[in-house]
Amino acid sequence: MTATTATTVTAKAAVGPPSPGTPFVSARRRRRRGRVVALLFAFPALLLLGALVVYPVLFSIGRSFFDASGNRFVGGDNYVEMFQDPATLKAIRNTVIWVVVAPALLTGLGLILAVLVEKVRWATAFKLLLFMPMAVSFLAAGIIFRLAYDQDPDKGVLNAAAVSLHDTFSGTSSYPTARARTGPGLVAGKDGSYATSKAVTPGSTVVFPMVGVLPADIPDNASPAYQAATEHPASDEVRGVVYLDFTPGGAGTPGIIDRQESGLPGMKVEAVRDGKTVASTTTASDGSYHFTHLSTGSYTFKLPASNFAPPYQGLAWLGPTLVTPAIIGAYLWIWTGFAMVLIGAGLSTLPRDALEAARMDGANEWQIFRRITVPLLAPVLTVVFVTLVINVLKVFDLVYIIAPGPVQEDATVLATQMWLVSFGGGNNQGLGSAIGVLLLLLVVPAMVFNVRRFKRSQR
Amino acid sequence: MNAVRRGLGNGLVQVFLVVIGLVWLTPLAGLFVSSLRSSEDTAEGGWWTALASPGQLSFDNYSALLENAGITQAFFNTVLISVPATLLVVLIAALAGYAFAWLDFPGREPLFLLVVALLVVPIQIGLLPVAKLFGQLGLFGTIPGVVLFHVAYGLPFAIFLLRNYFAEIPKEMLEAARMDGGSEWRIFVQLVIPVGRPAIASLAIFQFLWVWNDLLVALLFADSSSQPLTVALQSQVRQFGSNIDVLAPGAFLSLIVPLVVFFAFQRHFVQGVMAGSVK
Repeated sequence: MTATTATTVTAKAAVGPPSPGTPFVSARRRRRRGRVVALLFAFPALLLLGALVVYPVLFSIGRSFFDASGNRFVGGDNYVEMFQDPATLKAIRNTVIWVVVAPALLTGLGLILAVLVEKVRWATAFKLLLFMPMAVSFLAAGIIFRLAYDQDPDKGVLNAAAVSLHDTFSGTSSYPTARARTGPGLVAGKDGSYATSKAVTPGSTVVFPMVGVLPADIPDNASPAYQAATEHPASDEVRGVVYLDFTPGGAGTPGIIDRQESGLPGMKVEAVRDGKTVASTTTASDGSYHFTHLSTGSYTFKLPASNFAPPYQGLAWLGPTLVTPAIIGAYLWIWTGFAMVLIGAGLSTLPRDALEAARMDGANEWQIFRRITVPLLAPVLTVVFVTLVINVLKVFDLVYIIAPGPVQEDATVLATQMWLVSFGGGNNQGLGSAIGVLLLLLVVPAMVFNVRRFKRSQR
Repeated sequence: MNAVRRGLGNGLVQVFLVVIGLVWLTPLAGLFVSSLRSSEDTAEGGWWTALASPGQLSFDNYSALLENAGITQAFFNTVLISVPATLLVVLIAALAGYAFAWLDFPGREPLFLLVVALLVVPIQIGLLPVAKLFGQLGLFGTIPGVVLFHVAYGLPFAIFLLRNYFAEIPKEMLEAARMDGGSEWRIFVQLVIPVGRPAIASLAIFQFLWVWNDLLVALLFADSSSQPLTVALQSQVRQFGSNIDVLAPGAFLSLIVPLVVFFAFQRHFVQGVMAGSVK
């Protein structure tokens, strides 16, 4: 997880021949002067690190044992409060979700894409495209995804896609505002459906006069129902029409199918017998429907409530329940390229002959992936995973920008909570410091890992 | 048979990757198209409807943005913060990196281990104490304050990267230069810096983008006259929805510089980001 560049890029420098003639200076004096020079070189860095990094860490640790005002020592109270205060607890829970979900998803996605992209000729272009979001600020990414996640399907591209997908599979031809003319022969069900009130036997005609249909909801292919309504059913058939019982201009008679009155296509009609739906059909463009081969008995005919369901509006991406997954989605957009490129670099160092030998032995791609690629890549995958865990712990901007004000508290994570508690109105810098210390404690394992790895590399 | 299956599989892979690529491109394309539409058009329908009527698109939002004094000031502040913060980190870290790699001074080993340990320190823990310190020094709310904070928190990684790179310089080369009677400063300027150019380039790009894209640090340390673009836009996000005609071009303005850097220096960029991902 540490600097890969530092190990992969090595200084290439030509070695010139040593030139003769060293001016004589006493070795001791030279050493002392050397130390002074060395300290001068290191001094600016050490000063800044000491004053702005090391001292603040110590200060925050100390501050976390004091109350909001900073005057009273409260021992571990802030740490106890952290696990009792509902808002902070929520932040801890959300951070856990982030840490459990995002790095694993990213590593998996990165691995799959890294393996697949090697099989196409435009691999470089693809890698470039997926890596590009790494250049974009979290703020800009946040704005991008606030736009994409907008709940209105006329604004947010995600819900626009969700709605069109939904409508492709379950049909758009619903009449959300329509009502049937109830009264003689028709009753309204509690669930919003309409059914015949009397038993119907095969050989009959059942018509459903509807009102309250918005002109925009009538499909373009709808045609007058008059003709279809005159057809007679056979003895094992039930025929009828669903039509708009309204003539523009007011010339029509309620309950009568006038010549210009339109059929309502795409309306679902059900035949119900003894409380069970035994058959269902959909009306044609003139609003007609028919059931054939009905066995004798008494039926109820019904327009189920689904005809009048309000149109599907997509998901509330930025609502309380989905907001965290939605922000994780934006995070995936940014970091997948990183995971893919890093894993791809590891992939290119795999021994080609091992893969070829396995192919020769008849192993299929999946077996090669599962038995050879993944085990050999394990160290790289670990590095990617751990790096992402560290990054995820500190995620701030994305949550701060994407979660709308009222949902902020549902989306909060440790980094945003630390901000809110310390500066954003909470003004409890004791608790804020404690959250900061918790963040630090969470990255201590990575710290130890880095130091150990560095020490080992120096031997 | 096998070849046919493999060909079919490859076709599926291509389709899958094209779909993924489109999914990745769409959010950015959406932002760009949105930034070219008037607020009236935006209120009427999604940005994709503009693809059918490209007449809607114009750069009016951008010209309005350039006349918005707050935004242009914020853009210049971003430059005034990013450039010094990058140069200072590179300079200070190169000096320290050289000292840690090749010069002898007391406490060198433990101090460098401390730098390695500081690599992953979350900046959150520094916000409050440094804010107090800057308050006393009169740096709070100023551009130098924001710059100093970025420099300090950029240093551990920068020193680590450059020290490791400089350590690979052949010893004979440095010895030779010393034999020639070059002072350490001259050796540093004339030998170490030129040899270290690739690592310095990666570092500079990484640091520049890190600072350019930062919101959190500037949100705390900058006041309204020194705030960078990210902070200025962030304050607009509260009225999200009614001001897409400001937010979308603003966001695009803030990301166009990083994108140019990205495409101009792909290799260094990728290396820098890879190396710097510890932060």
